[in-house]
Amino acid sequence: MTDTLTPPAAERAARPGPGARILASPLLWPVVALLLLVVINTLALAFDFAGRGETSFFLNVRIQDGHLYGNIIDIARNSAPVLLVALGMTLIIATRGIDLSVGAIAAIAGAVACTRLVGAADEGAVTAAIMACTWALAVCVLLGLWNGFLVAVLGIQPILATLVLMVAGRGLAMLVTDGQITTVHNDTFSDLATGFVLGLPVASLIAVGMVVVAAVLTRRTALGMLIEAVGINPEASRLAGVRARTIIWTVYVFGAFCAGLAGLIIAANTNSVNANSLGLWIELDAILAVVIGGTALTGGRFSLAGTLVGALFITTLARTIPNVGIPSEANYLFKAVVVVAVCLLQSPRARAALRVRRRPVPKGAHS
Amino acid sequence: MSAATATLGTTSLWDKVRTYSPPPRFLPLIVTIALFAGMFGAGSVRYENFGDPQVFLSLMINNAHLIVLAVGMTFVILTGGIDLSVGSVVAMSTMILAKTLEKGWSLPVAIVTVLLIATLLGTVMGLLIHYFDIQPFIATLAGLFLARGVAYLISIESIPIANETFMKWAYEPITLWSTYWIRWSVVVALIAVAVAAYVLAFTRFGRTVYAIGGNESSAMLMGLRVGVVKVGVYAVSGFCAGLGGLLFALNTPSGNSLHAVGMELDAIAAAVIGGILLTGGRGYVVGALVGVLVLGVIQTFIIFDGTLTSWWTRIAIGVLLLVFVVIQRLMTRRQT
Repeated sequence: MTDTLTPPAAERAARPGPGARILASPLLWPVVALLLLVVINTLALAFDFAGRGETSFFLNVRIQDGHLYGNIIDIARNSAPVLLVALGMTLIIATRGIDLSVGAIAAIAGAVACTRLVGAADEGAVTAAIMACTWALAVCVLLGLWNGFLVAVLGIQPILATLVLMVAGRGLAMLVTDGQITTVHNDTFSDLATGFVLGLPVASLIAVGMVVVAAVLTRRTALGMLIEAVGINPEASRLAGVRARTIIWTVYVFGAFCAGLAGLIIAANTNSVNANSLGLWIELDAILAVVIGGTALTGGRFSLAGTLVGALFITTLARTIPNVGIPSEANYLFKAVVVVAVCLLQSPRARAALRVRRRPVPKGAHS
Repeated sequence: MSAATATLGTTSLWDKVRTYSPPPRFLPLIVTIALFAGMFGAGSVRYENFGDPQVFLSLMINNAHLIVLAVGMTFVILTGGIDLSVGSVVAMSTMILAKTLEKGWSLPVAIVTVLLIATLLGTVMGLLIHYFDIQPFIATLAGLFLARGVAYLISIESIPIANETFMKWAYEPITLWSTYWIRWSVVVALIAVAVAAYVLAFTRFGRTVYAIGGNESSAMLMGLRVGVVKVGVYAVSGFCAGLGGLLFALNTPSGNSLHAVGMELDAIAAAVIGGILLTGGRGYVVGALVGVLVLGVIQTFIIFDGTLTSWWTRIAIGVLLLVFVVIQRLMTRRQT
C-alpha cells in the first residue's frame, strides 16, 4: 500500500487520463533520452555497415557460445557497477544525504578480495573466491557503518563525512595491496564480471537482483516511506516516532555494500586491482545516474526505476560516442550537457520560463 | 609570510592563554596555525634539515597553485556552496595555455584567454546555481565534466610548454635573503591571498558573501545583492582555478588533460582544515592558506621520512580532515 503514497494526493484525486499520466511521469524524459540514444546508435551502426555493404542492427541479440550476445547484453553487463553504486546512492540521497566515498569503497573491496585470493591456499578454488568476496563485503559493511556513524550519530554533513573516506579510502586500498597492481587467477571470481548464467551475464543479474531486493524492501514494506520521511524532515520524522538514526545508518551500510559489489565486479572484469584507478569517479557517475532518474538531491522522494534508466543511459552514452565517430574522451562533455539539461528540466524556474513562452500549447494539450 | 607572522602571534599569546582567550571566531584558525607550527616543529626535531627555512619556502613553491585554488574555494564555501570543478579547470587551463602557445599566440594573450575562459565557466555555473536553483554540487559537477572534456578535446596527449618568457617566470628564483629563494608563483599566490582577505573583510562584496553564508533569506530581505554576489563567488572561484592552472603550469610546464585529478578535494580539505565551515558564513581566507600549508607539511614529512609510502599522505589527510570535521561539529553544536 505504501507505494500509492508516492504521488501527491491532489494528483490522484484529479485522476488524469493515461496520456496525461505518461506526460506527467518523471520517468518520461529519462526514457525518451535513453530511446533517443538507442535510435542514434542504430542509425550510426546501420550507416557504418551499409558503407561496407553489410547490414547490422544495433538491437540484435543472438546466441553465441551458449549465451546471449549483442550490444544490448553488453550494455547491460557494463552498466552493472554504476547501477549498483547508483542504487545505494539513490537511497542515501533520498535521506537527504550523499556518499562521496563509494568509489574508494569499491577500490577497497577489490583490493581486499584480490589480496585474499592471492593469499589463499588454493588460488583457483571456488571456496577461495567465496571467502575473498565475503571478506571484501564485510569490510565494506564496516566502512558503511563508519560513514553512517559520522552522519547519523555525530551529525556531520554527509558530504563532509564521506569526504573523509573518499580522501583516505584510496590510500587504505593502496595499503591493502601494498601499492601493487594485484593480479588474480580464479575462474569463479572472474565469472562475477564475465560469466553467464542461463544465457544472461552474471554482473547484470547481481545488479538487477539488488534493485529488485531494494524495490521490494522499500515499496512493499514501510521502509521506503520511512526513508522518504527522514529525507523530507529528519527532525519531524524522529518526533513522529521514526528511528531516523537507524534508517540513515541502514542506507549508508546498504550503499557501501552495493559499492563493494560494484568493486568486486570491476576487479573481476580485469582479474586485477589497481587501487588508484578502480572505480575512479564512479561516485560522480552514480550521482549523475540518480539525478537523471529524477531523484532530487534535496531528498525526500526517490525512484529506483529512474535510477535504473539513468545508469543504463550513462553506459549507453559511453558506448554511443565512439559509435558515432567522436573520440570517446568527449564523453565528459556530453555528460556535462546531460547533467545541465536534466537539471534544467527538473528546475521549477526553468520549467516556468519555458511554460510562459509556449503557454497556449500545453493548455490545449492538458485539458 | 602571513603564516609566519601569525605563528609569532600565537606564541606571544601563549603566556596569556590561561587568563585570556581569543575571540571564539578566531579559534579554528588558531588551532590550525598551532597544528602547522607543531607539525613543522616536530619535523624539525625529528629530521635533519627539516627546520631549514628553505623547506618552508619550497612548501609554498610546490603548493602555490593549491593556495590560489583554496582562496577561490573559500569564497564559494563561505556562501554555503561548493565548487567541484576547480581540479578539472586547472587541467583545462594548462591545456588551453599549452595549445594557444603552440599555435603561436603571444603569452599575454594566451594568459588572458585562459583566465577569461575559466572565469566565464565559473560565471555560467553561478548563473545555473542562482537563477535555476540547481544545487551547487550538481552544477559544478557538470563543470567538472565539461572542463575535463574540453581538455581532452583539445588534445589527448600532453603538450609541452616551451615559451621562453614563461619558462623564465617558471624557473627564475627570487632571492629573499642570503641563499633563501622563492619563485614568482609564490608571489602571485600571496597576492591572491592578500587581495581576497581585503575583499572579504573590507568590501561590500565580501560582507555580502558572509551574509549569504549566514542566512541567504535574511541577506535577501536586507536588500543585499544576493544574486550578483552568488554568481560572483563562482566567477571568482573560476578565475582562481584558471590562475591556479597557470601556476600549476609554472611548476609542471605542460598541458595535460590528466593534470590535477582530484585537486578539488585537496582544495576543499585545505579549506576545512583551515577552519572554514562548510555550511558557510564562518572562516578566513588565511585559514585556507594555512590549510594548504598543513597538507604540504604532511607531504614533506613523508618525503623526509623515506620509509613511509606516498599513500600514507592520503590517509594522513583523511585522518586530519576527520579530526577537523569533528571539531567543527562540536563547535557548531555548542554555539547553536
